Amino acid sequence: MIAEDCLFTKEHEWVYVERGNATIGISDYATGELGDIVYIELPEVGARVKQMDPIGTIEAVKTVAELFSPVSGEVIEINEEIVSNPEVVNKDPYEDGWFIKIKMEDPGELDVLFSHDEYQEFLGEQESDDEEEGGEVNEEG
Amino acid sequence: MALKTPIYEAHVARGGRIVEFAGFLMPVSFEGIVAEHERVRNAVGLFDVSHMGEIEITGRDACAFTDYIVSNNVGRLEEGQICYTVCCNDAGRVLDDLLVYKFSEERILLVVNAVNTKKIYDHVGAVLRGAVDVKSRDRLAEERKKDVAIRNVSPETAQIAVQGPNARDILRSSRICAPVRDELATIPYYRFIIFRYNGGEIVVSRTGYTGELGYEIYLPAPLALDVWNELLACGEDYGAAPIGLGARDTLRFEPAFCLYGHELDEETSPLESGLSWVVKLKKGDFIGREALAAEKDAAPSRVLIGLEIEGRGIARQGFSVLKQGTGIGTVTSGTFSPTLKKSLAMALVSRSISLDNGGITVDIRGKSVPANRVPLPFYKSRAAD
Repeated sequence: MIAEDCLFTKEHEWVYVERGNATIGISDYATGELGDIVYIELPEVGARVKQMDPIGTIEAVKTVAELFSPVSGEVIEINEEIVSNPEVVNKDPYEDGWFIKIKMEDPGELDVLFSHDEYQEFLGEQESDDEEEGGEVNEEG
Repeated sequence: MALKTPIYEAHVARGGRIVEFAGFLMPVSFEGIVAEHERVRNAVGLFDVSHMGEIEITGRDACAFTDYIVSNNVGRLEEGQICYTVCCNDAGRVLDDLLVYKFSEERILLVVNAVNTKKIYDHVGAVLRGAVDVKSRDRLAEERKKDVAIRNVSPETAQIAVQGPNARDILRSSRICAPVRDELATIPYYRFIIFRYNGGEIVVSRTGYTGELGYEIYLPAPLALDVWNELLACGEDYGAAPIGLGARDTLRFEPAFCLYGHELDEETSPLESGLSWVVKLKKGDFIGREALAAEKDAAPSRVLIGLEIEGRGIARQGFSVLKQGTGIGTVTSGTFSPTLKKSLAMALVSRSISLDNGGITVDIRGKSVPANRVPLPFYKSRAAD
């Protein structure tokens, strides 16, 4: 899939919907912000999740982030490859670096997500906020 | 308003991710922390560390006065030699860790952490005015009579670190270092040389914060951008590229070098953080000496240890360390070691606990993750010193 066909959350997850199933990953913006990812924890297949529940953990060298579920439903598949080789997510966030697949409960939930263009616009607003605040203090040396 | 180093524009042009650190806009990464880390371990990297603070102490009694401020023995340094040390308060707690460069008995340079430049400059000034809080007022009165002047030369001083197995080759092939090409080949660890370039004084020392062969270059700020570009250009054949603060942290973590605000702060003593080797109790009086002597006699209450996390996840600063479920201390630094490919951490823990026979866990966001005590440093390069 390509990023243009995905929907996005404010937390930088992407969703690609096909026949009622949602494939979920994180955006290239998110991988850029996180830097090198070293551990990923995913929910179990069969787990039932609610929209915007924290369902996984992404540990990068410098920081840690939670994975939020963009939709409610049942986890039907997880990407074991990114658990053993998390760098795949940095290299290819929209294809090989997908996280999980969810059988959706309520397609209506997709209405609150950003389209690709809306997400780009949202990122633009974030960047200008960052500039006003002078960036983040998250590093010591 | 964040400050920019004289090399800032080059970092932006190179696509560096910029963050604010200690009041400076600094590059945190360029090609990615792991790639930059490996470049320094296997080839060479250039660091703009112009945010670091430099404080000059001059005058007839410069050396003796510095010995009252820091714990290591400055009097025993030869001209052209450097020591790593801490500067403590009267309670023997750490105000900063720093390098002391001895140019002569009359000229000393303190290189301090960027976050502490103002604090240490103010502290040294307060000692000179007799306005510092110490029990031994007589000794302080003596210090006040000394012939000493202090100057914060940080704003006019840039610093570039060249670190990695190929660091020597880059410097020796550069036009800038041409006058000292032969000396560079033999300069020993923790020694420095001085030469002139374009009308400015350049200091090159065999020091660094990565555990690899490396050099730190101090130079007048107006020359910094030219020197940076020249070093990058002639470093191309040796695999040189700029390195951000992110990799600077992972590179210092593996050889278990302390970072102020993590392993050291105003609640920690150098004896706890494994720095008893820089505390010279016999050299004569210095601020914090009495407290440190008493602490040494009683045995420090905490000890800095290395941990290898057995489960998944990174033990980050502030996470609790437990033994059989009881809290014994706190993680000071933790990361995924790019060289050793392990999740490692340093932690300050109670000395009274036996740490050898298992049962250690770290609370990683509410999850109890097993950890093993491992020796520090985690990593030691053969070529570093």
